[in-house]
Amino acid sequence: MYKNSINFMLLFSRQGKLRLQKWYVPLSDKERKKISRDLVQTILARKPKMCSFLEWRDLKIVYKRYASLYFCCAVEDQDNELITLEIIHRYVELLDKYFGSVCELDIIFNFEKAYFILDEFLLGGEAQETSKKNVLKAIEQADLLQEEAEAPRSVLEEIGLT
Amino acid sequence: MKELMVRAIYCEMLGYEASFSYIHAIKLAQQGTALEKRVGYLAVSLFLNESHELLLLLVNTVLKDLQSTNLIEVCMALTVVSQMFPKDMIPAILPLVEEKLNHPKEIIRRKAVLALYKFYLIAPNQVQHIHNKFRKALCDKDPGVMTASLHIYLQMIQENPEGYKDLTTSFVTILKQVVGGKLPMDFNYHSVPAPWLQIQLLRILLFCSTIFLCRDVAALCIHCYCIQPLSSFPAILYESAKCIGNFVLSLKINLKYLGLKALTYVVQQHPKLALQHQMTIIECLDHPDLIIKRETLELLFRITNAQNVSVIVEKMLDPFLKIMLCCCIIYTLFIVLILFSYEEYTYAPDNEWFIETMSTVFSVGGDMMQPDIPNSFLKLLSEGFDSVEEDRKLRLFAVDSYVSLLQGEPGKLPQRFLQVISWVLGEYSYLREELEAATVLRLLAKLLDMKSTSSETKSWVLMAMTKLCEGGAGVSVTQEVCETYGSSLDTVLRQRAQELQHLSQDCELRARVLPRGAGLEPLEVDSSLSFLDGFVSEALAAGAAPYKAPHQRQEELAQAKALSLEPYGLSLPISMSSCSIADRQSPTLLSVSSGLSTTLKLDGVKRVWGREGYLSEREPVEESAHVEVPSPLQSPSQQGEADSSQSQTLTPIPTPQPEQEKQQLASSLFVGLGSQSSVCLMGKSESTTQRFRRKAKDLAVSSLEQTSQLSQGPAAANGICDVELTGSDMSETSPTLIRDNGVVAADPAPHEDPDKLKDLCLRTHLPAEFSGLCHSEITPLCTNQTLDFSACHLQKEDSLALVVFIYNSSDSDIQEILLELDSDELEVSCVCDSPVQEARSHSVAVCQYSLTVKRPSVHVEVVGTASYQFPAGTPHSAQFSYKLPLTSFIRPLTVSTEEYGAMWLDFSHDTKQKLTLISDGQEPLTDTLNVLKKKLQLHVVEIIGMEGIVACRLLRDQPCLMHCRLHAGTLSVWLRSPVPDLPDCLMYHCQRALQEH
Repeated sequence: MYKNSINFMLLFSRQGKLRLQKWYVPLSDKERKKISRDLVQTILARKPKMCSFLEWRDLKIVYKRYASLYFCCAVEDQDNELITLEIIHRYVELLDKYFGSVCELDIIFNFEKAYFILDEFLLGGEAQETSKKNVLKAIEQADLLQEEAEAPRSVLEEIGLT
Repeated sequence: MKELMVRAIYCEMLGYEASFSYIHAIKLAQQGTALEKRVGYLAVSLFLNESHELLLLLVNTVLKDLQSTNLIEVCMALTVVSQMFPKDMIPAILPLVEEKLNHPKEIIRRKAVLALYKFYLIAPNQVQHIHNKFRKALCDKDPGVMTASLHIYLQMIQENPEGYKDLTTSFVTILKQVVGGKLPMDFNYHSVPAPWLQIQLLRILLFCSTIFLCRDVAALCIHCYCIQPLSSFPAILYESAKCIGNFVLSLKINLKYLGLKALTYVVQQHPKLALQHQMTIIECLDHPDLIIKRETLELLFRITNAQNVSVIVEKMLDPFLKIMLCCCIIYTLFIVLILFSYEEYTYAPDNEWFIETMSTVFSVGGDMMQPDIPNSFLKLLSEGFDSVEEDRKLRLFAVDSYVSLLQGEPGKLPQRFLQVISWVLGEYSYLREELEAATVLRLLAKLLDMKSTSSETKSWVLMAMTKLCEGGAGVSVTQEVCETYGSSLDTVLRQRAQELQHLSQDCELRARVLPRGAGLEPLEVDSSLSFLDGFVSEALAAGAAPYKAPHQRQEELAQAKALSLEPYGLSLPISMSSCSIADRQSPTLLSVSSGLSTTLKLDGVKRVWGREGYLSEREPVEESAHVEVPSPLQSPSQQGEADSSQSQTLTPIPTPQPEQEKQQLASSLFVGLGSQSSVCLMGKSESTTQRFRRKAKDLAVSSLEQTSQLSQGPAAANGICDVELTGSDMSETSPTLIRDNGVVAADPAPHEDPDKLKDLCLRTHLPAEFSGLCHSEITPLCTNQTLDFSACHLQKEDSLALVVFIYNSSDSDIQEILLELDSDELEVSCVCDSPVQEARSHSVAVCQYSLTVKRPSVHVEVVGTASYQFPAGTPHSAQFSYKLPLTSFIRPLTVSTEEYGAMWLDFSHDTKQKLTLISDGQEPLTDTLNVLKKKLQLHVVEIIGMEGIVACRLLRDQPCLMHCRLHAGTLSVWLRSPVPDLPDCLMYHCQRALQEH
């Protein structure tokens, strides 16, 4: 078994509903569910004034609450907690920039976009690109392609309809 | 389709199973348009994990997309590859990914580097050959690509710190540039230039561990709150301690946490540094966050010493903290701390303090506590310390404080504490003379009446009462209790009540059974129940069936079942119980019962024949004299007798004879038979010889240190052994080693180099049977003030021996060193007679282990823990690890070409790769194979033209076959084995061996 620096990332609401999950270590479905259930419970039970770090099994959990959403990352024991906290923050910044003052609903309705952004930012459990500009550029390019692809089809459909 | 897939992902996230859509996700990735592909790939990466079999269907799609001219498609393919990819399929796409390293677009290069990083993690040997390209990535003009390549370097440097020394300066240059703000502005994060990159570089530099960097690094570490590198640079610790203090004081909770953490790191090396922060730390204990508290307790645990123990403990017992602590695991840690400190004795200020603290601990911790904590407390009380007077005082104080507790409100105390109290009172209340037993009895009886008292506690209380009842005023109380509990439904309680009743009436018996103050003498329990032999043989004589152990009964039952061929035969009525028949009294059944009675009657007849044959008569053994405590002299024979009665190997024992003679006979008879005792005896004899041998070695060492002339002794002995052992297959290498040995031993001035001397000393400690084999360099594992651990391994024909040397450099002997070795990949078995060793002062103890491979891996590691105790009493432990290459487990496998052919087809796991040839000679194939043969101990079966076949085995008996072919200036190698991973690992080592050549 090899070791990534980030083992997984979870986003969940204050009600404990999972909004996004990304696993960088191979785990079975059952384990994933158990872990996310356990963690959501533990983190929700913590008070706002408490620190953002948890020691859980042999991992370190770093979490932060933004409005009604909790962002939670699990890293290896030897990793730096603060820098992980900053990774979370950078991800939030990216989302914010992309959606324009992001809220929970943005992520619920466009969660595949949130995944795309995450994939450009983190890859295989490591930070891939820390420059905000570069990440957003990559996403925009892909989105542009999407629009181009969508446009001709709608024309065709119109033709088909008429 | 795209929308549907997005919904399926959402369902899966909500926890509903959507496995039906997995295959559609793959199809979407394969067939869809670019934007559908994007969702398809996303779904695949979320649904499937690395080992999922559907992933194989994706390989072709990935291959196609990697070759696409569309940048986005290439990006998507690379993303999914670095998320997850089946290990076996890596060779298929590796060349394409490698090609992407030279792509003009930096985003593609970056993703390709990360994909290769992923490959490196799951299959390091596959990417061996592209290390140079990583270097190119490190020097890439785009900072993103360079950052990505650092991940690989961190991993590689962690594994092999020596190999990348030359890159250290590059890393430092990069770091300086980053800190100097040379990166584009968009890499800044809240005005800190690329913090992630900095941390990554620092972690790399940590492994390079170049001291000259200290100052720079210190500034940086503090700059970006990086704590881990700090602890390894002692020179800057003092400087950093100041900053850490600021962190701890910080109002920001996350900084406080890290400050505490950093302080814990620092304190481990320099406890003094914590002193200036003591009050801050204590304040942190009052923090409402449990995690902060936990960290603080851990920190406190590290700085406890004689002076501050009472302050710390007092603070810990603060009522506010107590409530929080109840539900915290750390609580036990803290109790252990107190116990530990008290055992040191010098730590604890006084007796009262200790007893009171423990009382608070028990009443707070209550039933959450682990059961071994009260036990160890009681053990501490009963075993006592050095001075008898101190012990008496301690116990007396315990009795006093517990009596006053019981006089208060005992209902509030937790059960565990009540158990402790009743034990102490039962055992020691006689010490307080003015305290009447009756008073204590009444107090205890009050406990019994309480509703909340559990039955376990009640039995503890009854036991205590049994110890206390001594006629007089207490009689009425005991009588009452006995009546109440004599008819209790709980059998344990009833038993205790019966004991209490009998013993309270019979003073003499009581004095014998429960002698006062006998806590110190070890109680000998006759677990074989030999004192019941008389009873048993009487019952046997009266016709009772002999006892059968449960497993035996079951076995017989199974046998009977298997043999019963007639399902409705006689077995049915016999198995019915006679009792139920009698109850029914129906006429039809009565006739059956009459038939039964004939079989039942047989039981009354003396049994002469049993299942095993003739049952000899056994005379009742008169042993009532030593019922409770058999003397050690007699116990072996008794055990033997008990064995005989239980296991039913009824050896005929002759008719009445004087007892002693019988015992002698029995002991001489059963020494050979009873497997346990014989093993024990052999073990003992072995250990004595070994100890003797060790002593002899000690002598050899001391003589070696004194004169160099004498030191030729052991070397000469080695030489003799070598001559005898030259028949083994190791003979090729051993002669050179002997010469080495001889030279070193005959060195006229071994005193010059202490390391060499040490190595030499240790070498002479190698067990005699190994003296001819080549052994690896003796590497130091870990060192602390008293013990030096070092180890080497020796290759034997059918195993690998690991020898661990423990050198005791202190002036006192260390009696019991428990050495435990463990490994994920290896099977470790101890060759010594026991895992416990003793190391006399200034001498060496040797432990031997034999290793075989459980699961092949490129490098295997043995992790060891040694726990030992000083004569003074504190337990210590040391940890170490020992790393071995897989090659030390590889032995040649001699097979013929025909056998090879047959085996080749059977093996299922294989790997293929092209290796570089050694082409400086006339025959490159032969030369290359010879190198491999020499370095990896392979057996070259045959060389036919351009092809060669080679065989080897992994210890023990796991074959691996190799087929080599000369092809266009390279050597294509094909490895096959029945063991998974073995071909991969061996390929790695072949590659290594050829590169190093």
